[in-house]
This record gives sequence, structure tokens and C-alpha cells, in this order.
Amino acid sequence: MTNHWNDIANADCILAMGGNPAENHPASFRWIMAAKDKGAKLISVDPRFTRTSAKADIYAPMRSGTDIAFLNGMIKYVLDDIEKNPQNYNMTYITEYTNASYLINPDYKGPIELDGLFSGYAGGLNEADASKRNYNKATWQPQRDEKGIPKQDKTLKDPNCAFQLLKKHVARYTPEKVNAICGTPVDVFLEVCKTYAATGKPGKAGTIMYAMGTTQHTVGAQNIRAYGILQMLLANIGVTGGGINAMRGESNVQGSTDFALLYHILPGYLKMIEDSDHTLEKYLERITPKSTDPLSLNWWSNTPKYVVSLLKAWYGGAATKDNEFGFNYLPKNEVGKNYSHIALFEAMEKGVIKGLLVWGQNPAVGGPNSNQERSAMDKLDWMVVADMWQTETANFWKRPGVNPASIQTEVFLLPARSSYEKEGSVTNSGRWMQWRYKCADAPGEAEDDLFMMTAIVRKLKELYSKEGGPNAEAITRLTWDYGSGHPDVRAVAKEINGYDLTTGKLMDTFANLKADGTTTSGCWIFCASYVEPDKEPNAPIPGNRASLRDSTPDKFNVGLFPKWSWCWPVNRRIIYNRASVDLNGVPWDKEHPVIWWQDGKWVGDVPDGAQPPMAVDPKATKLPFIMKPDGTASLFGPGMAEGPLPEHYEPWESPIQNLVSKQQVNPAVRIWRPQEHGEPDRFPIAASTYRITEHWQSGQMTRNCPWLVQAMPEPFVEMSEELAAEKGIKNGEKVIVESARGQVRMVAVVTKRFKPFQMNGKIVHQVGLIWHWGYIGLSTGDSGNLLTPHVGDANTHIPEYKAFLVDVRKA
Amino acid sequence: MADKAILFDATRCTACRGCQVACKQWNTNDEVIPQQQDGVKEVNTGSYENPADLSPQTWIKTTFREIERNGKVRFLFNRRSCMHCTDAACVKVCPNHSVYHNEDGAVSYDKDTCTGCGYCVACPFDVPRFTKNGLTGVFTKMDKCTLCTTPGLNRIAEGMEPACVKSCPTDALLFGDRDELVKLGRKRVDDLKVKGFTNAYFYGDKELGGLHVMYVLDEAPEVYGLPKDPKVPPAAIAWQDVIQPMGWAVGGLTLVGLGLNYIVAREAKITRELPGKKEE
Repeated sequence: MTNHWNDIANADCILAMGGNPAENHPASFRWIMAAKDKGAKLISVDPRFTRTSAKADIYAPMRSGTDIAFLNGMIKYVLDDIEKNPQNYNMTYITEYTNASYLINPDYKGPIELDGLFSGYAGGLNEADASKRNYNKATWQPQRDEKGIPKQDKTLKDPNCAFQLLKKHVARYTPEKVNAICGTPVDVFLEVCKTYAATGKPGKAGTIMYAMGTTQHTVGAQNIRAYGILQMLLANIGVTGGGINAMRGESNVQGSTDFALLYHILPGYLKMIEDSDHTLEKYLERITPKSTDPLSLNWWSNTPKYVVSLLKAWYGGAATKDNEFGFNYLPKNEVGKNYSHIALFEAMEKGVIKGLLVWGQNPAVGGPNSNQERSAMDKLDWMVVADMWQTETANFWKRPGVNPASIQTEVFLLPARSSYEKEGSVTNSGRWMQWRYKCADAPGEAEDDLFMMTAIVRKLKELYSKEGGPNAEAITRLTWDYGSGHPDVRAVAKEINGYDLTTGKLMDTFANLKADGTTTSGCWIFCASYVEPDKEPNAPIPGNRASLRDSTPDKFNVGLFPKWSWCWPVNRRIIYNRASVDLNGVPWDKEHPVIWWQDGKWVGDVPDGAQPPMAVDPKATKLPFIMKPDGTASLFGPGMAEGPLPEHYEPWESPIQNLVSKQQVNPAVRIWRPQEHGEPDRFPIAASTYRITEHWQSGQMTRNCPWLVQAMPEPFVEMSEELAAEKGIKNGEKVIVESARGQVRMVAVVTKRFKPFQMNGKIVHQVGLIWHWGYIGLSTGDSGNLLTPHVGDANTHIPEYKAFLVDVRKA
Repeated sequence: MADKAILFDATRCTACRGCQVACKQWNTNDEVIPQQQDGVKEVNTGSYENPADLSPQTWIKTTFREIERNGKVRFLFNRRSCMHCTDAACVKVCPNHSVYHNEDGAVSYDKDTCTGCGYCVACPFDVPRFTKNGLTGVFTKMDKCTLCTTPGLNRIAEGMEPACVKSCPTDALLFGDRDELVKLGRKRVDDLKVKGFTNAYFYGDKELGGLHVMYVLDEAPEVYGLPKDPKVPPAAIAWQDVIQPMGWAVGGLTLVGLGLNYIVAREAKITRELPGKKEE
């Protein structure tokens, strides 16, 4: 989240899209209600009418996988309205804080000229050759002057400026086109546009609350880009009640991402090392963004300090200048090779991966194309599962339909402790790191994750010391200074914060980290979370700011609560807050200021850069988007796999042809199993998977709880009354839902809350399935993921769980 | 002491069902989930709503209704539980005053003296539920929401709000002095009418002498499944106002009237009261 949970109360309008907060983030609804109590409007955009829609002022149905058409339509509405009513928008924000004025490479061509593609594509329309499904992004760059600063037209009139290129790009997404693609009625769509665009007025704020309904698509990352563009045009980033707010699906999933759960990053969002990075210097050269603009702070120019401090945290005394601080101990990604979830299971099936550690995950239920993922596990030599329960994954060898005797995999289950049975920190969606204490003893031999990981590391160190092995020092020289008995979780937290090796004291801030090996930090964004006791003496654990529980309001009383827990980075509660003020440092919204330049200094939240406002000191000031190399937010972005602007492509499996261009799917998409593509003539019904309030993820924590099993006892598929009538299905009957990958047997919930979509004169039905069930536990049943495909977003490779094709029949 | 009450605002409820589960947890109403191997299974009947009805283990449940208004779908959530009526039929009919109004105005009951006679089915909201004797098939005990005043589990006496209220993330449930909540409820309904919900209704204000669970509704009560004008059944009035005062002088006849049900239940109770025998 750019903002945080209770800041939602400050919003004037809430766009819940690709997320269902009432259902899946019920506590968040407290803040939505608080906003509504003050007159805020709630908009719910969803293929079906949900528990969130039930509380919404406007409900807009939208066929799954058509978010970009919808959002580009909204962007078009805003741009058209800016032309007519510029006084209703924050033109200073758009002109000064975004790259709207940047002149783009004159050779850039977009989907209008290239029928759905952008300039630089290696292949042709609907390219079949996977090796050609990629872009050379050279023409997507801004023109730069001799000093390397982007050329600009602050009048935003130049046809080649980002603002005009965006306008031209979205001109095709008329309300009628949106209706034809998304199935959203024109009047409802316009009501959404009008209501949300009203937050463009200075002093007003709109927030976007999204979750996996946005990301789990072949165009998931571009969906978020579209949110970014919309929020930029409405000046909604950096302000109270604004932002783009990812509702994370687990209490600590933000924390796990911060600590590099994903393969493309190291802790603190440092880019992963590639095999072509032969030296630390080359690696740092490649990943450190540069700017020659004196007005750009370009915070990522500090990358070398964070990388070296990370290496020092991991390898301590063994990391020296002579050995590049242990740089070559670290594994490196092969350029062009994919290590995402889908790719791992494909590699498992091919026998490339022989062993698997499954930690707090249950891919046999939660993984896409679960039939494939379950059978891929058959090829493993060994599997270790750390979990609180007997999961489907740990029991893959006795799943229905297989003969356990035919599977040779050796499986170990390490009993884990629940969050109440161990001490540590949890980082929530709002980036708040909150310390928790153990409050109950764990049953039996259950142990905490740190204990289990420590036991494994100690054994590995012993084995590598004794027997050696490839790159053995990567293990043997790893620091693991968390005590000799049960590892001390506070020692880990301190290592994450980091030390000044010259003084031996904990670091105060990442601003003081160095690239010369004299500082450590296990994750630079968490530096300042655990300081010397005298620096935070009143914390329940002195020095540990995550343990703070002081609910004193902030200076402007806008719900920042700066002394409640600790928030990365440097306790900044709303990031990009320098954009919340005008050029003189005066807040756009004086009733809910985040920061304010008063008497020569910033007051309020920790500012994004302490420099004076742009008009107060034009020489010393810095542009507000300090994490971007040019200091401005990207309306026109160079970085992504499938283009500098979001363009609508249909999901990999779609009931209709793309109505904006001849390019059917994301041209940069990665397809693992083209043979498992479901065609609309055989599978005519659009489908999506989702979760429900009563159950949690793959279900082990809830399907073993009688109260919750009773509340929602069986897996179901929701469908419209019209589809049910067409198929002769009665409410509550058992049905079979089938895709090109598998089939499930579920209860049909026939509901008025699903309506058929009118797509360009054609009726398209959509159904929705839940995926919480599996074959182990108090309540068993089929997971919706038996149907989902092995195809993912072109940038992140997150699976397309949310849009695929099925057919439905009576069981 | 001022009467206490719960105010449920249907316009704030997201049907997360935290209340339904929190009630079971606090009151240790543990479920025995029927399993497939027993020949029965807890099933989804084509709705988000489960269990289908209140039971001795389910004192509160969230209800779901789908309606269409002017071509637009509405998804309505309601809270079904004991209403804690002022004119409470169950209190009136209870032959030995096991069901009574406690000092907060809530309808409580003494499970030790309840004979399971079943007369409290006179409830106009169909709330009391009975455990059956496994051998005879007859009722042994009544169960229902006590507004968290069950002896030993009394949250109110400890200065806490009921478990359902505590669990509510959106303040759709509030607990406090009834007078204050009545004022708040009336204001909310007035506000809803201004917003165009012309059928908005404040339920429980006057019904049955005033309920201790009151409802802010944006539709008419019937749309939310609530009886428009609930009444104490005439038979129940007769019981308390006519028959009971006749006293136990004609107790023999009364006892016959209560039938086998009462006798079996009472004998069961006596058995349980023997030293060393603990109530199940």
C-alpha cells in the first residue's frame, strides 16, 4: 500500500476493483464505513454482485479480465473532462509531479498504428514463436537534452508529449467500446467515471483497494499501471485518503515480499543477480539507476550501499573488499530463465528439481492447474513440508486416484507453530511492522520457523564443512549469530536493521548505510526499525520500534499514529507524500494534511526527502517521486514487458475476440502449455476463482474448524439464473465444471448476483468458483484450481487464476 | 439499572459472520459436524446461509436474501437471534419461571430448572430450540441467546459487550443503554429516509413493548424476514394471566396437561442433581 488501512477513512471515494474487501478483508470495511459515514462513495467493480457490492453506492459489473478496457475508459473520461473543466483537476500536480510533459522518442508507435502492438516488437501479430514474444524498449524512452534531462513541454500541447500520447492511446476506449468489451452498461460506467473523477479536484482524494482480482491475469501488472495513471491524473498519490492500496492476502505477505519471497529480487527490492553479473561492480552498474538531473534525488542511486550492507549482514567478517564482500557466494539467475511458481512445477515435472521445501504453502490446492502440480510432485526424490496441519501437499502421494505404492518420494512433515505460539514481527499491507509476543504454548513437538530453519542451516554448515561441495563457502561462511540454543528472534530483527561496524551499535537510519563494508543491514528498508535502547527508550522492548503501541495521534490527526508500531521506510506512513503539497509546500487538502512546510521545515509525516518545496528553493528542492530516476511519476512508462501504456488484450482463454485490435492476448505473455488451451466452442463460459470470508486460502486453518465448516460446508460454483435455466440446473444441485485441464464437482449456487454479460450483441455467461477445498481435513471437496491454467503475467508470471474458460453441466 | 440492548444496523453489516462464530466460541457451543461416513453431511443448499436454522448450538446466525429493486440486485444481510422482548411470550408461558427478564432487560434462563416443557415455542420469532433426549426423543432443555448473561459466561456482568458485538468489524452491532440506542436508531432511520430509502424502518422500538435487539433497516421488516407486527400468541397470554394464577392447587390437572414430556424431563433433572453426577 502507498497508504495504510485506517487511512481509507480519509477517502472521498473508494474504488474497490479486483478485490472484495467485505469478503476477504472484512476488517478493512471498518475504515470504508468510517469514510462512508463522512459521505464517501463506495464503487464496487466485479463480475458478480458481492458482499462488497451490497454496501456500495455504485455496482458496476465487468467481465473478468477486461480491467484495462474499463480503466482506459475511465482515463479517457478524465482526460476529456480535463480539457472541458481543467479547474476541476490539479494541473500543477499533473504537469510538475508526473512525466506528462516529457517528449517521447519520435520513433515511438503505439497500438493505433501497429494494430495492438507497440514499436520494438520482435515478432508479428499473435506471434506463435515464444522467442519472439518480446520488445526492444528503445523507442519508449523520453528525449533527453545534452545534460541527459528529459525534454519537456509544460503546456502539455506537444503531440509527442506523454500526456498527448496517452490521450491518443485511450481515445479508442469509448463508453460504448467499454460496454462491448466489459459488458458494463454505459450509464453505469459513466456514473462510475463521474463519481471517481470528482476526486481529481484539489483537496479531494480517491483510493483504489485491489487484490488478486487485479493481479492474477496475463496483464496483471499492466492493470496496476492503469491504476497508477488514473491516480496520477487525479492527483491521488501521496495524499491522505488516496493511493493504490494492495490488500495483501495474508497477515505477513507484505513482509515476505519485503524479504524477497520472489525470485527476481533480494531483500529490500534490490534486483536479483544475473549470471552475466560477473563482478559486484558490474552488477551494481547494471542495477543502479542514474540521473544527471540536479532536481532528482534518485533514491535508488544508493543501491550499492544497500547491497554491500546486505552482503555484510549475511557474510560478516568473511565479506571483505578483496572478495567483493562475498558477492560470488550468492546464487545468480540465468538470464531469460524463469523461476516463478509455474516454472518451478514445470521443472519438477521434467525432473530438473529433485527436492522441495514447502513452507506455509499448499500448492496442491492453491497452485494453478493443480492436477499438473500434484502429479509433478510424484517426480520428487524428497519433500519437506513445514505446516501446522496435514496438508494436501504433504499428502500428495495418497491423493484420490493414485496408488501410493507407485510414488517413491520421501516426505517429511515438520510441525509448525501458529502465530500465537511464537514471537516475531508481522508486516501488514500498510507496511506497518508490528511486534507480536508468544501467548500460548504449541502442541506436541511443533516448533517455530526460525528454529526449524536454524536446525537445517546448522546441519548444512556441518555437512559442507566436513564434506565440501560446490560453492561450499556460501553456506559455511554464512553468519547465523542468533545464539547457540533456541535462536533469538530479536537478534534476527536487529540484524535486519543492521549495525555500524565501526561503533558496534545498531544503525539509526538507512541514510547512513555505506558501500565500503563498514555497515550491515539485512533489509535496508527496515533500517531504523530496531535501534539502540536509548534511541527509543519508551518502546515495550526498548529500541524495538515494531513493539511501539502508543496511539497518540499525529500532528494533523489524520490517522497516521506514528508511534503505533513502525512503518517502512523510516516510519513514513504515506509514501510519495511530497506530492501532497503544492509548490510552496502547502497541502492540497488543508483539512487532512500529510505534511506541511511551516516556518522553514516540514511538519507532519516523515517527508519523502527533507529538501524545501519546489517554489521555496528551486535550487535545493527535489522532485517528489524520489524512487523514480527522473523524480516524476510515470504516466508514460518505459519499464514493462508489454508496453509503455496499458492496452487491452483478452485473457489467454477468452469467449470473444479482442475488440480493440487484432492482437488477441498479451504479446509478451509466457505460455507453458499451449496444448491445454480451452477453445470457446467447447468451453463457452468465462470463469474466475475467488475466496470467501468463511475460509482461508487452501483451507487447512478453516476446513479443520467445525464452526467455519458449518458456516460454509461445501465448495460451490456461482452462476446466474439464466445460465442455470439454460443448463437445467437447480439451485443447490451438484454440477460438474470442466476446463481444458480438469473438472470439479461442486454445489451450484444459482443467484441473481451473477448476470449474463452482453458482449457486442453476444451473450457471455460467467461463473465463479471457490478454491479453498482439497482432499485432507474435516471437510473435503474439489479445489477450483483443478481448472486454472499454467499461464502468467508477462512481467511477474503470477498465474491467470481469474479468467479462463469452462463448461458446466448437471452432475 | 437502565435496560441494555443491541442495535443492529443492516446497512453496515457485511455478513462476515464473525458474530455467528464468536457466539459459538464464547458460549462453547461446539459443533459436531455430521460426516459423510455417518450417512449425512453438512451441506450447502445453494446459499451462503448455513446452518439452515437456529439450534441449541446456534444462537445467532446471519441471514442472506437476494431481492431486485428497480432492476437492481440487492443483497440483504440480517441477524437472526433472540429479540429479548419486553412482552416476552417465553417468559409468560414458562411454568416455573426458568425463563425470566434479568436486571438488564434481557431474557435469560436457568438451564438447571428448565424442564424442556416446550411451551416457549410460543415465541413469535421462533427462537427457542431444544435438546432432545436421545432415548425418548423428547425435549430436555431449552437453549437460546442470553445476551451473553449465561451464568459463568456472563460478559455483561464483567463490563464487556456481548461476543457478537465485540467481533463486529463495522460497528453494525452496538451494545449499550437501550434509551441511547433507540435515539441513535431513530436518527439513522430518519437519515435513510432522507437518502431515499422510503421504506426504512426502525424495528424493535415499539414491537412487543420494545425489543432489546433493535434493527435499523433500509427496507420494510418483511423484506428482511421480520414479522411486521409480532404478537404474543393469545394462548401464551392465557397461560400467564389466567391459568397460572389458578395456582398449583389444580396442579394435578396442570401436570397432566404438561404430559409425559415434563415428567421425563424432570426425572432426568433429578438424576443429574445427584451428588457426583455432573450435567453434561
